[in-house]
Amino acid sequence: MSTLASNREQETSAARKPDRIAWLPRLRPVLLGLAFPIALLAIWHFFTAGRPGSLIPPPHDVWLELWDLAFGGINDDAYSRTLYVHLLASVARVYGGFAMALMVALPLGMLIGRVALVRQLIDPTIQILRPVPVTAWLPLAMIIFGLGPRSAIFLVFLGAFYPILLNTVFGVRSVEPRLFEAAAMLGCTGSAQFFRVVLPAALPSIFTGMRLGLGFAWVVIVVGEMTGVQTGLGAIIMEARQLSRTEIVICGMIVIGVFGFLSDQLVMLIGRRLLAWSPSYG
Amino acid sequence: MAESAVPILEMKNVGKIFSQNGRAIEALRGANLRVKKGEFICLIGASGCGKSTLLRLAAGFEAATSGDNLMWGMPITGPGPSRGMVFQDYGLFPWLNVRDNIGFGPKSRGRPKGEIKETADRFIELVGLQNFSDVYPHQLSGGMKQRVAIARVLANDAEIVLMDEPFGALDAMTRERLQDELVEIWSRTGMTVLFVTHSIEEAIFLADRVVVMSPGPGRIDDEHVIDLGRPRDIASAEFNEWRRLLASRLHSHHARKAG
Repeated sequence: MSTLASNREQETSAARKPDRIAWLPRLRPVLLGLAFPIALLAIWHFFTAGRPGSLIPPPHDVWLELWDLAFGGINDDAYSRTLYVHLLASVARVYGGFAMALMVALPLGMLIGRVALVRQLIDPTIQILRPVPVTAWLPLAMIIFGLGPRSAIFLVFLGAFYPILLNTVFGVRSVEPRLFEAAAMLGCTGSAQFFRVVLPAALPSIFTGMRLGLGFAWVVIVVGEMTGVQTGLGAIIMEARQLSRTEIVICGMIVIGVFGFLSDQLVMLIGRRLLAWSPSYG
Repeated sequence: MAESAVPILEMKNVGKIFSQNGRAIEALRGANLRVKKGEFICLIGASGCGKSTLLRLAAGFEAATSGDNLMWGMPITGPGPSRGMVFQDYGLFPWLNVRDNIGFGPKSRGRPKGEIKETADRFIELVGLQNFSDVYPHQLSGGMKQRVAIARVLANDAEIVLMDEPFGALDAMTRERLQDELVEIWSRTGMTVLFVTHSIEEAIFLADRVVVMSPGPGRIDDEHVIDLGRPRDIASAEFNEWRRLLASRLHSHHARKAG
């Protein structure tokens, strides 16, 4: 909670902005955040480097493989310079499935949250389907959507769907009743209240749902690409596993981690812009 | 004039019964109240005396169980912009900055953009928040939030402002200052105020007329016209006399109830 001036109310508001940025305090979290993975890397190196019997390749081999996947020139095998293809395929499926989940979950969540009839009709079914893990849907998805990217997108859709739906329902249901009274006495009634009160009030929850949903979309992509697609980060991970190319498996994991992180940062950036008013975002 | 004889707000024998878990609770019984245009009226009484219920009936948030609840002689059927409410917990829209909160009413009524901004800025100035137009509610202190809430109602051309213990959550200093400002705004704009409080001093300081209520079931006991000149001096002998009188009125109800 930030209060501009609690006791003397009329003081100038500009006092909050620091005019000089202190670098060390800003750099500190970055340095601390890097320290831990560097330590992990060191341990990984120590236990795997120079041991031919190790099933886990040392970091250096993984790095070379990653370079080869991205730019080629090291192994020059079937995987060289294919990273872009796989990454692009996965990103398209993640965002495709996520976009579809948004298109279904947002309106459905608002209806479930605000219309009792829809809630009574649909909510019990959703509560029962929700605990079913995405992995369990794999066989059915392959029967319904066939082998290929459509099944993958469906599974990503499922992974992203529930968090968006549940948070949207929660958001539109937990609007402070006082705000409806305030809107009504100012002349905003009926359906106008939905757009001018319910929606903006629910936005932080909806955004949290979107963030979780996009995170799940990345989590589910490996399972999604077990459905017999030829490309995608999940697909090369599964293929490399069968060929015992563990360094490629690890490369796939790293790329998923990095891009999942970047896409979450992007959502957070948009969220902070859009929700500057909210104490939990701004 | 015949027109001025019609009160802006009139309650005739109004009663309100809430049913809670199958039990009926009588919150208000046989309330009669006439509010003339431009009057400043304070409703005072112990908790459970129905003063907030009466205010919510006037706002149109609740429907009366019995009796007539009229504005300019017409039945009140629901909340509307002619009766603005200022809540103790502010009820500001957290996603709108100060200017847009104040412009919410005019926008709801479809006013053009330029006019909304002009109106908002005029009322921002009235409550002295010029430096805070673009600030969101969570960055404001309680006193500033309540200023926004008052400006928001006035910007919407409310004919009567209903205030439900608006300064109850504020510290003493801010409270006194806002009381001063409210009286000043009231005398400048000629608005009509119905103000609920549990502070005797606040009621005497603000009101033209104090309406005393008592609980079990909630009802109006009597009314007192405060004939003190303004600005009022809370340390004066006359003020103290009023304080003593109203305190005895309130306490006699307590005694009667206990007995």
